[in-house]
Amino acid sequence: MHPDRRTVLKALGAVGASGLVVADATAAADAPAAAAPPAAGGASSYVFFNSAESAWVEAAVSRIVPADELSPSGFDLGIATYIDRQLAGAYGQGAKMYLQGPWPEGTPQQGWQMRMAPAACYRVAIPRIDAHCHTTFGATFRALDEANQDAVLAGLDNRSIDLVDLPSHQFFKLFLTNVMEGLFSDPIYGGNRGKLGWKMVGFPGVYGNYVDVIDRYFDRPFDVAPLGIAD
Amino acid sequence: MTAERLKPVDAVVIGMGWAGSILANELAAAGLSVVGLERGAMRDTDPDFALPQVHDELRYALRHELMQDLSRETLTFRNRSDEMALPMRQYGSFLLGDGFGGGGSHWNGQTFRFLPQDFRARAFYEERYGRQFVPDGMNLQDWGVSYDELEPHYDRFEYLCGISGKAGNIRGTIQAGGNPFEGPRSRDYPNPPMKSSYAATLFGEAATGFGKHPFVSPSANLSRPYTNPEGQDLGACIVCGFCERFGCGMAARASPQTTLLGALSKKTNFEWRSHAQVTRLLLDATRKRVTGVSYLDAQGRLVEQPADLVILSAFVFNNVRLLLLSGIGAPYDPAGGAGTVGRNFAYQAGGGATLWFDDKILNVFMGSGALGTVVDDENGGIADHAARGFIGGATLNVFSSGAKPMEYRDIPPGVPNWGSAWKQWVAKYYNRTMSIGCRASVMSYRDTYLDLDPTYRDAAGDQLLRLTFDWHDNELIISRYATALIERMGAALNPARMLAQPEQRPYSIEPYQSTHCTGGAVMGTDPRTSVVNRYLQSWDVPNLFVVGASAFPQNAAYGPTGTVGALAYWAADAIKTRYLKSPGSLL
Repeated sequence: MHPDRRTVLKALGAVGASGLVVADATAAADAPAAAAPPAAGGASSYVFFNSAESAWVEAAVSRIVPADELSPSGFDLGIATYIDRQLAGAYGQGAKMYLQGPWPEGTPQQGWQMRMAPAACYRVAIPRIDAHCHTTFGATFRALDEANQDAVLAGLDNRSIDLVDLPSHQFFKLFLTNVMEGLFSDPIYGGNRGKLGWKMVGFPGVYGNYVDVIDRYFDRPFDVAPLGIAD
Repeated sequence: MTAERLKPVDAVVIGMGWAGSILANELAAAGLSVVGLERGAMRDTDPDFALPQVHDELRYALRHELMQDLSRETLTFRNRSDEMALPMRQYGSFLLGDGFGGGGSHWNGQTFRFLPQDFRARAFYEERYGRQFVPDGMNLQDWGVSYDELEPHYDRFEYLCGISGKAGNIRGTIQAGGNPFEGPRSRDYPNPPMKSSYAATLFGEAATGFGKHPFVSPSANLSRPYTNPEGQDLGACIVCGFCERFGCGMAARASPQTTLLGALSKKTNFEWRSHAQVTRLLLDATRKRVTGVSYLDAQGRLVEQPADLVILSAFVFNNVRLLLLSGIGAPYDPAGGAGTVGRNFAYQAGGGATLWFDDKILNVFMGSGALGTVVDDENGGIADHAARGFIGGATLNVFSSGAKPMEYRDIPPGVPNWGSAWKQWVAKYYNRTMSIGCRASVMSYRDTYLDLDPTYRDAAGDQLLRLTFDWHDNELIISRYATALIERMGAALNPARMLAQPEQRPYSIEPYQSTHCTGGAVMGTDPRTSVVNRYLQSWDVPNLFVVGASAFPQNAAYGPTGTVGALAYWAADAIKTRYLKSPGSLL
């Protein structure tokens, strides 16, 4: 039942030799180049969002992470797809959250006390945001220009938009957290396409053998092509 | 529900983290039949921590793959007794491990000894500054065990783990490169210190410039391959940067898996059961003796395991909760101050500064959980802090634990946290950011405690534990003092921007801080102010030992694990050499 330690260590050594854990920067640079980002998933690929929700999320992730010289847009990085999958799964459904009542509001120090798991927050918030956009601008969020989209996102953050069933800044905080996850999590989860989130900041991903370089790369860039779990 | 009653055993151990694994191994080695009960699953280096899958920041760091499932059991929290406590619905301030190895399977590996004066805190401060120096409401108390008594047990734990470090004091002789303020040790660490990162080196230079005595942190992530006294082989750390919250794919971090599991597995008089959630310790009619424990198995069936000796070695919160649910000892009453179970909860305070450089590339992703530089000059009783008006102190540190971009991408005030301006900031500064941290000791107070929540229940229908906690002035003063010093050291490194953030009241359960929770079943010399005696033996029920950081009367300024390991060996030694010869109260 319990493998002998020497066997385990030998097996791990073999992993190192096969290139999953690369010992020097040159070898890592020769690792398979990041594939070009696959075509962004369309509405048909979503498993949680309805079309109104995906329209909001696709537009909003590309304002949090706009296309510029540093990266493609949040949508083109797969972040909407990432969030959709997360909300459909255990995280979105609050599988490991304590969800028993009663539900007093509590103090800010008592943390999350909304009677909703993350997926439910999106389901409740997005129609309210689009209703606000209709009232204020006469169009859905997706149809707004970038400046107005940014103003709506800022309004969520600064609580000037009333989402009725949940505090807008808490929804914005949840959304921002999920976008950052979609930007920086392993590409196996659907975001961070082409590892372009990691490349933007210079994070090497699962690459993980620095014992021979940590004291040699003082104030010296360690430029390697990032590796993901599926590489 | 009628429980299935199993065959009696000599000893049952509740929780297979560091404390439980050590006790189980020692008691089984002494010839006892031992059953270890663990509410979680088995996890071992192979196959559970295999590379590259284990290098998954989302799964392990953000979704807490290795932690207790809060939907089944959590605790409730409030800052003050006049508030309603509400459940911790998702993880924040601290993380609750489960599964074989407990927190020991995904810790950072920073392995310290507490200072000699930490163990006699009240005596030390009263001798030095007089009785009136200890503020009203602070339950400062002595441990009942001395550093010298624990020294051989610290040594044993460090050699079990293969700690990598440099001694600062061997039998009273100060050693260059180590911590000159530490208590005397009988010999050096078993392995040489870890390498240093650029950030830790910069901090060491700055600290030296301020006349401090920086040293390389002792590390349970090993600087070279090691075979421990149990015959277990550990690997060398590759400095991958995935330690805290992750299993180690290289078997290079000391954990119950890597240091004890093989030895335990060979003992035919030891058996462990996974998915065994202990619900009660069972008392006989006299209520002076435990007869065993009841637990729910994976299918939710109630099982009774009779035993002559019970070791309660879960995490702080479950040690206290099981005592309270089982009716062992008097629950602490904060109004009158009577009762002991749940009394003296403490934690660790933070502080420090974040630095952003234009001119330094730090390679922040390179690291290991305990790879860093520490300064002990401001720790409790080392400098004279009386004029500053605080008891205890702080360690200052830079740890290069592996900064991954979902958890570590601090931005200073004024920089947007989304959009193109944010992208420009993070693209430039992610790899040019370092933090100098402070870890402040936390004293125990009359109004910081644990009890049973009157409202919320777990999946089995039992009351959740309730935590009542806020920071007190003493700790905020320490944090402000240490943070101001850190700010001056940081300025010497010429960062482009710097943000100093001392600890602030009120305490919030939302952001992660540390899992250095202590107390609630504290050890001591007086049954009116402690739950267990100096051998970790229950004052009320002599065939019960309660082992872990729950025994700390107040918390020191270091990570607790080294002291948990030492206390586990100390208790095991008392049981083997004294209790088994004459079962009963050791005092």
